[in-house]
Amino acid sequence: MPLSIPARMSDQSQRSTVAALLPPRPWGFGARLKGRRYIGTALFACAIIGVLGAPVLAPHGSNDQFRGLLNAPPTVPRVIDDAGTWHAPFIYPWVLTNRLEQRFEQDRSTRVRLVWLSRGALVRSEDDARAPLMLGGADSFGRDVFSRLLYGARTSLGLALIAAFGAALLGALIGGAAGYVGGVLDDALMRVSDFVLVLPAIYVVLALRAVLPLVLSTGQVFGLLAAIFAVVGAPFVARGVRAIVRSERQLEYVVAARSLGAGHARLLLRHLLPATSGFLVVQWTLLVPAFVVAEATLSYVGLGFPDPVASWGQMLHDASNVRALVDFPWLLSPAAAIFLVVLALNLLTQSRPDRLPYTRPM
Amino acid sequence: MARYVVRRLIFAALLVFLVSSAALVLTRLAPGDYAMLTLGVDARPEVLEQARARYGLNRPIAEQYGDWLVHALRFDFGESMQHGVPVAGLVRAAAANTAILAATALVAATLVGLPLGVISGSRRGWTVQGIRAVSLVVLSTPSLLTSLILLVIAARTGWFPVGNMRSAGPSSTGDLLWHLVLPATALALPVAAMFERLQAQAMSDVVGKPYVLAALARGVPRSRIVWRDALKAALRPTIAVYGLVVGALLSGSFAVEAVTSWPGLGQLMLNALRARDVYLVAGCAAAGSLFLAFGTLVSDLALAIVDPRAHE
Repeated sequence: MPLSIPARMSDQSQRSTVAALLPPRPWGFGARLKGRRYIGTALFACAIIGVLGAPVLAPHGSNDQFRGLLNAPPTVPRVIDDAGTWHAPFIYPWVLTNRLEQRFEQDRSTRVRLVWLSRGALVRSEDDARAPLMLGGADSFGRDVFSRLLYGARTSLGLALIAAFGAALLGALIGGAAGYVGGVLDDALMRVSDFVLVLPAIYVVLALRAVLPLVLSTGQVFGLLAAIFAVVGAPFVARGVRAIVRSERQLEYVVAARSLGAGHARLLLRHLLPATSGFLVVQWTLLVPAFVVAEATLSYVGLGFPDPVASWGQMLHDASNVRALVDFPWLLSPAAAIFLVVLALNLLTQSRPDRLPYTRPM
Repeated sequence: MARYVVRRLIFAALLVFLVSSAALVLTRLAPGDYAMLTLGVDARPEVLEQARARYGLNRPIAEQYGDWLVHALRFDFGESMQHGVPVAGLVRAAAANTAILAATALVAATLVGLPLGVISGSRRGWTVQGIRAVSLVVLSTPSLLTSLILLVIAARTGWFPVGNMRSAGPSSTGDLLWHLVLPATALALPVAAMFERLQAQAMSDVVGKPYVLAALARGVPRSRIVWRDALKAALRPTIAVYGLVVGALLSGSFAVEAVTSWPGLGQLMLNALRARDVYLVAGCAAAGSLFLAFGTLVSDLALAIVDPRAHE
């Protein structure tokens, strides 16, 4: 029986040859990977905390409007007042000075204390009606950008996480079936996935989304986008899974399991697919950022989530006016959120010692 | 080799045919049609019927599709319902705009990304760490964000025009280039970072090979080893992704066009999809898939020339 050598072993032997042109590394390769992993994990953990803790962490609901504070700048918590005395954390309220240009000035004479753990929020100002705590400023409807950012994480990141899970599942099943059965099914499935891989994914998503009913409820949009993303992302997963299953199928443990009487389903589900789990995790971390960006792009052009819903793409769509972005730069904060999430996952994939390709599903 | 080229050509033709057909059929199957979207849901039935008859929307899908196919083979792609002019002209203009943007971005990304990758793959030290960190940051900033940020900077400083392709008045090449800088940069940055990372990996793999050590021992200058011998051997992975990059550029240019209102294929297709302008959607899809087919074809052929094993 032919025994295939694991790909990693041959890689290792190549790398151990002298790196002729290179001076010694400034510090250990391992240390650098570890550093990346720590930063990536920390950033991603922050995002997950934001997703899970949004109702507690956000000072306001995602649609609470403060009509007197349209496009108000962020309120910065302070501990020292103008006289130089220390206080418990407080904010200065904004006062509208020019309604037409929406200019605000701080009212330096009154301090509004911050209260902790009151009315279900971690922190909020003691006088919400007059001087709400707006860590990220307000958008053109007078909604707190920071709170919307947190609720938007639930929509955008939640969608990406679920869709990537769906894509991994679908891809594993398709790839597993193709690799295990082989023959005509394998040929057909791989031809189709070859084809889908060449297409620019955002156009496929766009076309699929645009030909479905344009006006849907939020839940329907969420489900629909998750399904579309999963279908478009699955071929990327399927190819790799197929290759792994094909080579694993030859190995002794599979032959042993088969000779012990394991059926096809058991062989595939209990023995072969678990061998692809490492690959699936990596694919998942590649797909999540791609889906976050895809949601942002779709919502930006108006085919994603409808208006009152807080999603990162929808927030960018609301701010898609150059003048507004110049005058009220805090409206760009969803862009920062997207960047940090993508960076976090990139750091995680880059921190793997087996060095992955940099090509991206979308 | 000839057989390989023929096989790739067939694949390319199949790609264009399937994508444009799928676009036409999907748009036709979508709920709501052009007549209803323009006349409104409460339009009188006979007016709706009349409009549908005018656009051929009252015929069965198979018949309409067959008719379109016959005409498309004669390079007649029908008439746009929204604009009332032949699809071919509209699509050609938009495709040219997208091609200008994407080609500029591709060239810029190659010119920046490849040399940086060679440097960071063949050296060590703080410069390399810097390049690596920057490219990881750029890699994490998709074109949608890059173009938004650049747009805000342009509006703040007034250095570059904010969006659009031409200023009012007589058009000139200089004016076009002036408008091109921002979208092309936004589109090129992530691709340049990807090239840098790929090339760096390939370089550092090649540089570790025994034959490089042998060349060094024979006294070949370091720069010649790096920029001539090692680079030639390390070019393969980058060429291999060129075909995929065309797809990535089209995806990226969709976002960039939306943000900077560049009148390209993405904008045209988006509007056509929303208006259910069946023929225009199919025309845009055909043009886009033609780009893709061309890109994969060129990259496959380049790969076959660099590495004869590829086509076996």
